[in-house]
Amino acid sequence: MTTVPASWYAFLGVLLFTIGALGVLVRRNLIIMFMAIELMLNAVNLVFVAFARQQQTMDGQVMVFFVMTVAAAEAAVGLAIILAVFRNRETVNADEVNLLRW
Amino acid sequence: MSPFLFFLLAVPLVVFSLGVVLARSPVRSALSLVVALFLLAVMFFLLDARMIAALQVIVYAGAIMVLFLFVIMLLNLQQEPVETARPGQRTIAGVFSLVFLFFMGAIALRGLPVMPGPGVETAVTPSFGSVEALAERLFTRHALAFEVTSVLLLVAIVGAVVLARKIQR
Repeated sequence: MTTVPASWYAFLGVLLFTIGALGVLVRRNLIIMFMAIELMLNAVNLVFVAFARQQQTMDGQVMVFFVMTVAAAEAAVGLAIILAVFRNRETVNADEVNLLRW
Repeated sequence: MSPFLFFLLAVPLVVFSLGVVLARSPVRSALSLVVALFLLAVMFFLLDARMIAALQVIVYAGAIMVLFLFVIMLLNLQQEPVETARPGQRTIAGVFSLVFLFFMGAIALRGLPVMPGPGVETAVTPSFGSVEALAERLFTRHALAFEVTSVLLLVAIVGAVVLARKIQR
């Protein structure tokens, strides 16, 4: 039976990361930008898991565990910031949140 | 994993990821992301990362996405105003993405086959990816990082509560 080499997973990870980066660059809705960041984190997770399988070590999966923890913390704080921004400015458009821009 | 199974998962994964980025309404975007995360969980499972696959479903597709949907509903963002792009923003973003995809894809496809290691196709021990194997690494080699993680989560909880609280003036 033929199997898939690790580089295919790496390429899929690159593809998903690029889609996520494109989302952050193109979309102006803060929540959608945030979800695109989650997508990028998951693309990295996929590469970690595939390489952990290739190297037959659990360390890659431990890294994924930490990435998930950081993503959960980031989601909680980030969404709280979006809520605070919406409460003050009545918008979630990134271009209208420009108080700190010079 | 056979190539057929790989593409059976990879193609919908890319489609739903594009759905996250391209969907007009944030709710559709979030639901696409949920499907993409589930597909990733299946992929993790087939790569012998069983504990990670379970965590992916519980933490990501469960907790984090519910949080996202909750905030979307709370802000009542179903009808999205037309997003205004700066002149040339989409072109520049597209060019940067293509360049990134080209170089990183070339590294992934050309550079990695020479990487040493047993390979994806070789058999693993039955305990690989199990809760015990993950915990064994987590509490020995990565114990310090694990402890720091608890502090990170505490800070995140406090930060989220402080930020989302209504400011009393």
